[in-house]
Amino acid sequence: MMEYLILYVEFFKAGLFAVGGGLATLPFLKAMIGTHPWFTATELTNMIAISESTPGPMGVNMATFAGFHAGGVFGSLIATFGLISPSIIIIIIVSKILDKFRSSKTVQNAFYALRPASAGLIIGAMLDVFLMAMFHLDYWKVDMAKFLNIPAILIFVISCICIWKWDKIHPICFIIAGAVFGVVFAL
Amino acid sequence: MKELFELYWAFFQVGIMTFGGGYAMLPMLQRVVVNEKKWATEEEIMDYYAIGQVTPGVIAVNTATFIGYKQRNIPGGIFATFGVVSPSLLIIMALAGIIGQFSDLVVVQHAFNGIRIVVCALVAKAVIGMIKKGVKDVLTLAICIAAFVAVGVFQVSPIPLVVICCFFGIFTKGGEVHKK
Repeated sequence: MMEYLILYVEFFKAGLFAVGGGLATLPFLKAMIGTHPWFTATELTNMIAISESTPGPMGVNMATFAGFHAGGVFGSLIATFGLISPSIIIIIIVSKILDKFRSSKTVQNAFYALRPASAGLIIGAMLDVFLMAMFHLDYWKVDMAKFLNIPAILIFVISCICIWKWDKIHPICFIIAGAVFGVVFAL
Repeated sequence: MKELFELYWAFFQVGIMTFGGGYAMLPMLQRVVVNEKKWATEEEIMDYYAIGQVTPGVIAVNTATFIGYKQRNIPGGIFATFGVVSPSLLIIMALAGIIGQFSDLVVVQHAFNGIRIVVCALVAKAVIGMIKKGVKDVLTLAICIAAFVAVGVFQVSPIPLVVICCFFGIFTKGGEVHKK
């Protein structure tokens, strides 16, 4: 029972403090890794790919996934309810004062600082995923030739070029291509 | 009661068509909520969506709560929200069971190692979009870098950082000083 309560509270916090949508929940999910055994950093990154390839918002998908690991189907429900509870409460309050809220200088001022912070938090959360994907970290200063994961870096550069050039193509196409490259090059 | 289930089902459809969340849901919202159900006008949808972005939480969930609440008060908000998250719950629960069984296979591990690289590129694109919207001057650039260093290098919890930034913006009146 205690486990479910912790699950609810942790995802409630993620729902409450993640501002800006999309990947905004990522830094909060990342912060759970150290304190809770619900998922690993690798699973979290895989989850980004799964979220991009399956219906539903990333935050909700991740809450469901983590909840399932922690306590099966019931855990999934608890974690997802935790994540959406602050939204329901806040939106109901805000919709009563909608016009005031929208033109509020205080809200605009808060978001002036929150928007760049949210971007910075996501880059911070992705840093070690990026380093682990591009470099063989065990070889740092030992064998610099082996330190660079050359096929991975090449695939990263190519996928960046493709994603920027063809931004109308659905992310799932790039993700499938990534899976094929991963198998072919035995990354 | 019938109307509550209508809300649930309409947002179930929106949820199932929203890949990756965020902006992906807009076209589907317009089709279901504006054209078919006539629950809101095009302009109202954009307003709800904007509010969904400037309130904490998942944008898709916020927008669903908003429209449901406007339609049928608090039960409406709750039914619409459950509708939009139901597809995620069903699909991810099914996948979570399956992935666990296949994740030990070497081929699957190679595939996910490849996928992770592409995810890095996809996230880079998304974050650069956020930086273009959020980083407008030296101060916002400093906030962005400070948030990155705190979480990426010093492993600080993101929650106090968000609270500090919120108050910092309010006290420095950043949004007013730097309008355009």
